[in-house]
Parts: sequence; structure tokens; C-alpha cells
Amino acid sequence: MAAITAPVSARKHYLNIDYSWRSWLLTVDHKRIAILYLLSITLFFFVGGFFATLLRLELVTPQGDVVQAETYNKLFTMHGVTMIFFFLIPSIPAVLGNFLLPLMIGARDLAFPRLNLLSWYLFMLGALSAVAAMAAGGVDTGWTFYPPYSTRSSNSQVVLTGLGAFIAGFSSILTGLNFIVTIHTMRAPGLTWFRLPLFVWAHYATSLIMLLGTPVIAITIALAGIERLLRIGIFDPALGGDPVLFQHLFWFYSHPAVYIMILPGMGVISEIIPCFARRRIFGYRFIAFSSFAIAIIGFLAWGHHLFVSGQSVYASMTFSAITYLVAIPSAIKTFNWTATLYKGSIAYRTPLWYALWFIGLFVIGGLTGLFVAALPVDVHVHDTYFVVAHFHYIMVGGQVMAYLAALHFWWPKFSGRMYPEGLAKFAAFTIFIGFNLTFFPQFILGYLGMPRRYYTYAPEFQVLNVLSTAGASILAFGFILPMVYFVWSLRYGRKADPNPWEATGLEWQTSSPPTTHNFEQTPVVTHGPYAYSPQEPHDYLPQGVARV
Amino acid sequence: MWGFPLFPDQASTVAPQVDALYFVLIGLSAVFTLLVVGLLVYFGVKYRRGARADRSRPVSHNTRFELVLLTVPTVLALAVYAWAAILYFNMQRAPANALEFTATGKQWMWKLQHPTGQREINELHIPVGRPIKLTMISQDVIHSFYIPAFRIKQDVLPGRYSTLWFQATKPGEYHLFCTEYCGTEHSEMIGRVVVMEPAQYEAWLGGAEVAQAPAQGAGSAASAGEQQFQQLGCASCHRLEGGGAGPALAGIFGQEVRLQDGQSVTADESYIRESILNPNAKIVEGYQPVMPSFQGQVSEEQILELINYIRSLGTTAGPFEPEETTEPEGTTEPEETTEPAITATPE
Repeated sequence: MAAITAPVSARKHYLNIDYSWRSWLLTVDHKRIAILYLLSITLFFFVGGFFATLLRLELVTPQGDVVQAETYNKLFTMHGVTMIFFFLIPSIPAVLGNFLLPLMIGARDLAFPRLNLLSWYLFMLGALSAVAAMAAGGVDTGWTFYPPYSTRSSNSQVVLTGLGAFIAGFSSILTGLNFIVTIHTMRAPGLTWFRLPLFVWAHYATSLIMLLGTPVIAITIALAGIERLLRIGIFDPALGGDPVLFQHLFWFYSHPAVYIMILPGMGVISEIIPCFARRRIFGYRFIAFSSFAIAIIGFLAWGHHLFVSGQSVYASMTFSAITYLVAIPSAIKTFNWTATLYKGSIAYRTPLWYALWFIGLFVIGGLTGLFVAALPVDVHVHDTYFVVAHFHYIMVGGQVMAYLAALHFWWPKFSGRMYPEGLAKFAAFTIFIGFNLTFFPQFILGYLGMPRRYYTYAPEFQVLNVLSTAGASILAFGFILPMVYFVWSLRYGRKADPNPWEATGLEWQTSSPPTTHNFEQTPVVTHGPYAYSPQEPHDYLPQGVARV
Repeated sequence: MWGFPLFPDQASTVAPQVDALYFVLIGLSAVFTLLVVGLLVYFGVKYRRGARADRSRPVSHNTRFELVLLTVPTVLALAVYAWAAILYFNMQRAPANALEFTATGKQWMWKLQHPTGQREINELHIPVGRPIKLTMISQDVIHSFYIPAFRIKQDVLPGRYSTLWFQATKPGEYHLFCTEYCGTEHSEMIGRVVVMEPAQYEAWLGGAEVAQAPAQGAGSAASAGEQQFQQLGCASCHRLEGGGAGPALAGIFGQEVRLQDGQSVTADESYIRESILNPNAKIVEGYQPVMPSFQGQVSEEQILELINYIRSLGTTAGPFEPEETTEPEGTTEPEETTEPAITATPE
């Protein structure tokens, strides 16, 4: 069966078609917008990582000898704000989703290309506001902005930072909206719902959360800003407000936001494992539906952040039960990925290593989620390093590993170049070792009782903190490597074929990098994804064929 | 420096129960992690590219397998959930004979008061083997009261009372942390809990002195409240014998009170606090809204003392007797109408 191959003469692609600034800043090409996101998000990742490095340096000794208390509080706040709002939430959807969704469904672009560009500008405007807040002295409330501290006591740039998150939220809403409409209306002929790649399913579920959840956080942050500026009592009891109300509103978005961060990552893993195992994914429909189960149940679990807040015992018991239910679809995905390796023909390339790290670290992050969902255990570990370790296993061990897996997997499609495989594997192992050394000791620290957001601590916590900081320096080194060799590869990397991994997805059935309009002809889809065969020599059935 | 703990002290009645649940969770997690990682490694080696293996007819779906995946984790998760929920429920219910302490959080210190009136800052001396109940409030932002060795933690909110109870099982000194981020000196808002043998605790309190004190309990938290009550002029309207411009307060603590608008309210800590700060919010049936607000004139600690005083008036208007501290059944206990009375502490 003939794959849609790019014309041999295609030298013009989305990157080189026009070099002017204007052509980048006013582009409506989803691929160029993805690159704009890639550049900005990479910048914020390293800014957030720089703050993290300073935090870990401060924690080498129990005294506050590197930075002052106030600086420390600003550092962990800016670390959280930058990483969550300006890296984790947008990373996979805005970079890879933007780039790949139209390609994967055989479309020329997203449904609303100008709205897509607007999303990037809103994102940058939000980020600029947060950067301005940093420049004006920073913010020290923690990324959770809990009142009445944030609305009454803190003397820092709460409103400007909140405004940043507020504006960036609209970027998220628009992206979600754009994805949903695109997936509904722009699929290539023959691309039925159950022929969609799981990456698309995952982004569909994620988009629902973005669209439905983000307005709540925007309103919540706006209310906190109003209370701070106008002294209207919404959350501050001294003005007649209720501080726990903020926590409910905040987590109603921010808990589902965890799934905005992790679901697209799960979509990535579902693409990479079948490709490098050379076989059809196990339990396609269960994986697809589990994304929705996670999105829906995830919306009902927010109250597990409030077990020690003074909410009613019965509310806590209900939220705990719902939280346990979220574990089920996650377990289904994990076992299905594992089962996909059975009878495969596994090629150990860098993206697969990251995918394997994802599964292992996500299992630990997910299982420790059951610890914090277990009410009496949560009472003990709540707001300690146990929780810090738990969510870093999900966010960094899960989301960031998936992001790196995705960057390596689709790098040839992005850039038209291959990354250096040996160096990339070395980086993957460095990151894995650094990550575990950084965060595993924090589980023990947390159960010992070390609270989070402490810049000085009791001396008996020191050894584990030193281990953690040692791990963080390995991790930091590991994260710098891909940036170096990706940039290097742009000039010196081997030129990539249209389909270097012999993958089945439509995005591989066009040139690398793709032309501005993605496909020379609209592909026709005749069967489902992942038609790989583990028999050697490798054969596979691309999802689309050229229209006859 | 190189001798460091890997497990916290176990110094309260709930600590072993929480730890048991923790170890079961670790066991379950270990089984699942080893299962997944074991399979990944096994498949990863056996089916690596180039290795000879049977790759014929790989299945791509198996509904029975998926149903097993649905059922087994669900049953296990719900079993753990049920255990955890029951334990939590018991941890939330203070025994009726608990010693009533109060705590006020402020940036950045803990102010604590014993039922006998002694005050401490960032230190809490308690007797071993007695259930202790803390009624807590913050005078500024949210704090959280955390004693790792006891496995207990509770947020301390402004404008709302929260409670916490524990029973220490081992004399010693333990960390007291604030775990809700509360501003610049958050990590300095720490203290220590000193658990003492009952006799030592009596001595620390100045037990001999307390025992000789008059029946009104000159040193108790309640009598401090009584002084406030007199000084603030409350007694001129809230007469003990009744008949004043305000309702008599003897015996009302924990009781249902009928209001002017026909509704009723439980006269608990929150209602008393509200009545002091915003007296016209809920007027008791048969009285006029004549009480002035004491907003800004009394601190959270003073309000707690006033509450202690009203609580000490009990249901029989009997005076608070501080000598009762070593005996579980005292006349100091108001009738518990808001909480089911659990007399046995979970062991």
C-alpha cells in the first residue's frame, strides 16, 4: 500500500519558507506557533529550574545561610508559578499538541488559526506580567496564593503575579477550545473516532478540562485580587469572608490541572511504546476511555487537598473515596502499556527510554497518591516533603519525562534533523538517576515530618537533604544536555527521513519538516493506528494512503 | 550528623495505627511496583529486537484481562479506603474526658494555654497518658498545628475554631511545626512538645499551689476568663442568677439556644465568639439587641478565656475546679450535645 510520501523536490517547508520576523510573529501556521511555544516554554523551564537549584542549595544546611527567609519564600513561589503556569500546563498541549494534532488527523491547520496565534500572545502577556512581578520584587505567597495571607499580609507582587496566571489561563481556554473543534470537524476522510491515535484522545480529554476548569481558577484569582485591592471580604474572615472557600475554588481547577499536565503525557507514551515495540497497542479502547474517566473523576476529587483544613469529616471521607477511584483508570493504562511490550520487537531508542522512565516513575507517583488519599496518612504527611516528592514524581517523573520522550520522538519532524543518539541516551540515564536521587529521599523526609516551604530545618533532616541536593545537581546537568545537543543538531545533525522511526501515524506520511500546508493531498484513512508487525523484517501499515 | 533517623518517633495512641496503614500501603505499592517493573524488565529483555522469541499472533485486546484490571485494583483500593476512613473518623472524635487546652496561632508563634491557666509560647508541656484536646484559632493568617511524633495535624484558621486531640504515650520532647505556609518566618514558627509523667507535670504546673487554690481556681484558664468577664463589664448584664439585660450564661455551653427569629443555634465556641464580636447577629429569644460589639477590644486569646469561663459554668453552674485535672470524670465537662460521646480512647 502506498504511503503518502512527500514529493522529492520539496525543499520548501514551514521553517524555511520565510525568514522574516514578521512571518514568525504574525504566523497562523500551527507548526510555527508550536515553535514559538517551544522557545518560550524552554526559557521558562530553565528559569524555573534555576530557582529550584537555588532552593536546593539553601537546603544543604539546616541554617538559612544562602538566602534570607524572604528570598527563599519568593524563590519557591516563583519556582512553582513558573513551572506550573508557564511550563507544565502548556508544554505538551501547546508545543506538541499544536504541532501534531492537525498532522495526526490529516488536516491543514487547527480550526481557528488566528485564535491559536492569539493564545500564544496571551500566554506571553501572562508570562510578561509574571516576569514584571519578579522584577518588581517577586511574590512570596506560594503558587497556591492562599488567603488571607495573600490578600492581607504579603507585601509582595501578588496582584501582578495573579494577573499573569489569569491571562495565561485564557490562552489555555482558547487552546482547549481550538483542539476540541479541530478534532470534531477536521478529521481526514475515514478517520473515525476509534481510528484516532491515542495522543489525540488524550488531548481531547485534556481540552475538556482546560475549557471547563480554567475559568474557575481565573475567577478565583480575580476574586483574590479584588479582595486585596478593594478590601472586599470574600476570603478574609476579618472582612467577613471565608478562607476555606478559596481553597475549594482553587483546587476545583488546580486538581484537574494535574491531569492537564499528565494526560497529554500519557498520550505521548501511547504513541511511543507501540512504535518501538513494533506492535499494536494493547487495549486501545480501554486506554482511550480511561483518559475520559481520569478527566471526569479528576474533577470530583479536589477536596482531598483539604483533609486538614477543617472541612467536615464526611466531606473528607467522600473526597477520599473519589480519589481512590482515579487510581483505577491510571492502573489500566499502566498495565496496558506494559502488556504492549509482550511479544514485541523492542528497539531501545531514546524516546523509549523516556517512556519507560515515565511508566516506572508514574507508578511510584501514582501509588504514593494513594498514601495521601488515605485520610489518616494524609493527616501526617500533608504539607510535608512527602507531598513534595509525590507531586514531583508525577510532574517531573511523569510529565517532564513524557515531554522529553515526545521532543526526541518528534524532533526529526520538527527540525528535519536527527538528534545524536548516544549523547541522548547518556542524558536520559543521567536524568533518571538525578531525578530519583533528588526526590526519593524526600518521601522519607516527609514521613519523618519535615514540613515543606521551610528554609531552615531541624538538624536530623540534613543527610537526606544533602542527598536530595546532590541529586538535583545531577538532574540539572542532565536537563542542560538535551538543550545543547538539540541546538547542535539543527546544524550538524543527520538529515531526517520523512519517517525515521517507521511509524504509522499520519504525521510521518509527509515530509520532515512538513510543508506549510502539511500534506500535498488530503490523506484517506482506511484503518486504525499502530498497525505494526513485530515480525522481522519490520513491516507496518501507515494509517493514511493518498487519495486515488 | 551522619546518624540520622529513617522513621519518626511513635509517641501517641494513634501513631501505631497510622503507621500500620502506612506499612500496608508500602507493601501494596511494593507489590504493584515490582509487578510492573518486573514485567517491563522481563518483556524488555525477552522481546528486545534481534532476540529470538515467539512473536506470533500478539493479542491487542482482551476484555477479560481488562476486567480483572478494573476489579482487582478497585477492590484493593476500596478496602484500604474503608480502613483509612474508619481510622480517620475515630481520630477526629475527641474522648469526652480530654483535658481542654487552647492554642492561638499568630505570625510567627504558637500561644498555648493549659486548663489550669498556665500560658506557654512555642512550648507545650503535657502529661503522658491523658487525652488532650486543643481548641485552636489564628489571629491572622492560616497556620497548621503539627506534631510529627503524634501523627496529627490540623489547620488553624482565622475566624473559626478548629480542634485536635491526641494522647501521648511516651515521655520525651517532640517537634511542633507550623505546616501551613504563613509568611516570612514560617519555618521559624516551631516549638517543642514536652511529654511528662503525670507527677512531673503536676510539679511543672506548680501542682501543690493549684491544689491549695480556692475553689474558684485562681490560676485556671476559666478564672482568667472570669476576670475578663468582670473587667469587660459582661457580668452587669449576664448575671449568674439570671434576670439581667442579657441571658444568663450558666449551663448554656453546648446547648441549643432559641433565637429571636425562631431559629436555633448551638452555643458552642463559634457562637460565643460571634456574640462577643458581632452581638446582634443572632439574638437570643426574649432579649433586646443591646449588647455592644467587643470587636477590636478583645484578642483571640481573651475570647478563648471567656469561652473557657462560660464552659466552666457547665450545665449546673458549678465552678470550674482545676484539681480535677488528674481525674477523667469531673464536673468540669459540659454535656456533649454536638459530638457523640466516646468515652474509650482507641488503643
